[in-house]
Amino acid sequence: MSPEGFAGLPQAALFIETKHLSDRSGGRITWLADPNILYKTYSDYKIEEATMNKNKIYPRWFVILPLIIYLVFFLFPSALGVFYSFTDWSRMTSKNGLHFVGLQNYIDLFTSNKNYMAGFWNTIKFTLISNIVKIIPAFFLAILLNSRLKGKKFYRTVFYLPSILPFVIIGIVFSSIFSYNTGLMNKTLSAIGLGFLKQRWLSDPNMVWKSIFSVDAWRGIGYIMTIFLAGLNTIDDSLYEAAEIDGAGFWKKLQYVTLPMMRGPIMINLVFGITYGLKVFDIIYVLTNGGPGHKTEVITTYVFQLYGTGQYGLSTALNTILLAITAVIGVIIVKVMSRKGELA
Amino acid sequence: MTKKRIFQNIIKQVVCIFLSLLVLVPLYMVVINSFKTKAEAARMNLSFPTTWVFSNYVDVIKKAGLLTGFVNSMIYATVATLVGVTISAMAAFVLSRNRIKVNRKLYYFFIIGLFFPVNYVTLVRVFQWLHLTNTRLGIILVFISSMIPFCVFTIYSFVESVPREVDEAAVIDGASPLQMFFRVDFPMMKPTVVTCFILQFMGVWNDFLTPLYLSSKSKLFPMTMAVYQFFGKNQQYWNYVFADIVLTIIPVIIVYFIGQRYLIEGTVGGSVKG
Repeated sequence: MSPEGFAGLPQAALFIETKHLSDRSGGRITWLADPNILYKTYSDYKIEEATMNKNKIYPRWFVILPLIIYLVFFLFPSALGVFYSFTDWSRMTSKNGLHFVGLQNYIDLFTSNKNYMAGFWNTIKFTLISNIVKIIPAFFLAILLNSRLKGKKFYRTVFYLPSILPFVIIGIVFSSIFSYNTGLMNKTLSAIGLGFLKQRWLSDPNMVWKSIFSVDAWRGIGYIMTIFLAGLNTIDDSLYEAAEIDGAGFWKKLQYVTLPMMRGPIMINLVFGITYGLKVFDIIYVLTNGGPGHKTEVITTYVFQLYGTGQYGLSTALNTILLAITAVIGVIIVKVMSRKGELA
Repeated sequence: MTKKRIFQNIIKQVVCIFLSLLVLVPLYMVVINSFKTKAEAARMNLSFPTTWVFSNYVDVIKKAGLLTGFVNSMIYATVATLVGVTISAMAAFVLSRNRIKVNRKLYYFFIIGLFFPVNYVTLVRVFQWLHLTNTRLGIILVFISSMIPFCVFTIYSFVESVPREVDEAAVIDGASPLQMFFRVDFPMMKPTVVTCFILQFMGVWNDFLTPLYLSSKSKLFPMTMAVYQFFGKNQQYWNYVFADIVLTIIPVIIVYFIGQRYLIEGTVGGSVKG
């Protein structure tokens, strides 16, 4: 629809509409003398036509480029991975053609003495624990920073800071902080008279997961807190005032006002947290590289190792297991959220 | 103020100061040790250096190939973010405005990618087929593809808060869909779009996995990879490692402080509506 078309509104049309309307008004045409009224009627009609033709205003081709890139570089490799997981693809065979081996790769994964299943359980463990130790403190931290507090802008900035740093950097810095003899952690403990708490933070099998969870919390809490803060901002103060008049204390207000109003942010944090946890790689790779022994291997570190040793079939099979887990969880989350209208 | 209030405030401040120290001390340690000699830095003290060795920075720029890394990171982050966020916004806009059945399906199809892991092993294969092995274009395309689900998801819900009437006005004024989108709607989506730009810029800058799988040439390494390699070879030179770290994180910290307003206010756009 061009402006010319509109400016050149044919007189005939005006006439016809006038006539038509005048007929309906039973011959009393005095109010129709005002051309603005007709003008408006005409443009209303045009707008209606325009909105009906949404496919034209919101053209489908806007979606094509991202869709192609997403398909070729994201979904297609995943699908290809499922295919290759049933073959003997490796550094050696890739030249001589592939052979189907059925479920052999999966059987190998479950029965291998390298204990890939431990990597699987570690992934689940990391996802659960890392989210609990981040989301709950972040929630209360957000409430704290949403209350009357001097310097809260400064604190928000500082707490968010770690989540913008590269994992590699965080890994390197904390492997220095956790080193037994010269590390800042043990030195501080000795300095304040808690020397008996000194640990081999990253090489003691009983300590290493706790260290990883701490570093992960150090990095991630600020981001989660910020999402909660954005949610807390939208809660109307009058709700709290009403609750106070009814005599509600901190916990009652939390239970009956804050938590119900924060369903959205909690959901978002759970979704991002779960997907992050299942796909975790960088922080473990840089901090422990799966060690000591294979204590902290997760699915993705094994996928990378198998890629490095050229066992592509096994590697893609393991990745396919991860894909299946995330797909199931993803579909459940999307279903639940779309039913509650949180996605649309 | 009652006594109880004052007491509460003191507790709150103590908690916040303690947590701030937990965040800031490691960063302070990195910065202060980057100015020390090798021997002094190895002790990892928090004290000031006895002599300030500014030349660590010059040395490390020469030794660690930081300039190439910086240029690569800049290219990857800027190009991938600009293109990725813009095309995601276009898609999210159309999908959100015109919710016919196909488009709803497409939307779910996009956001399912939030959950999936990228299969880098087969991606290497796809790169061979498309002759993208060891090219910047390939790496950029992978970065774009992996930011699409998040951006579509974040922008989609924000589009609703842009009134439809502006579209109608633009259409009546004779704008083509592209003109309408870029002159009218895109500027009105600024809060969420800027948030996506910042988050994705930092995401690409910090990414480690993509270049780890997809580039075997150190010419293509971004800063994170360059730092990691340098760390692997020079573990005893903490002064250099820390100087390297400072140089790597300065760009993201600058972007963070420029865009902070948007991050705090619009981290998840419309999806926080409770």
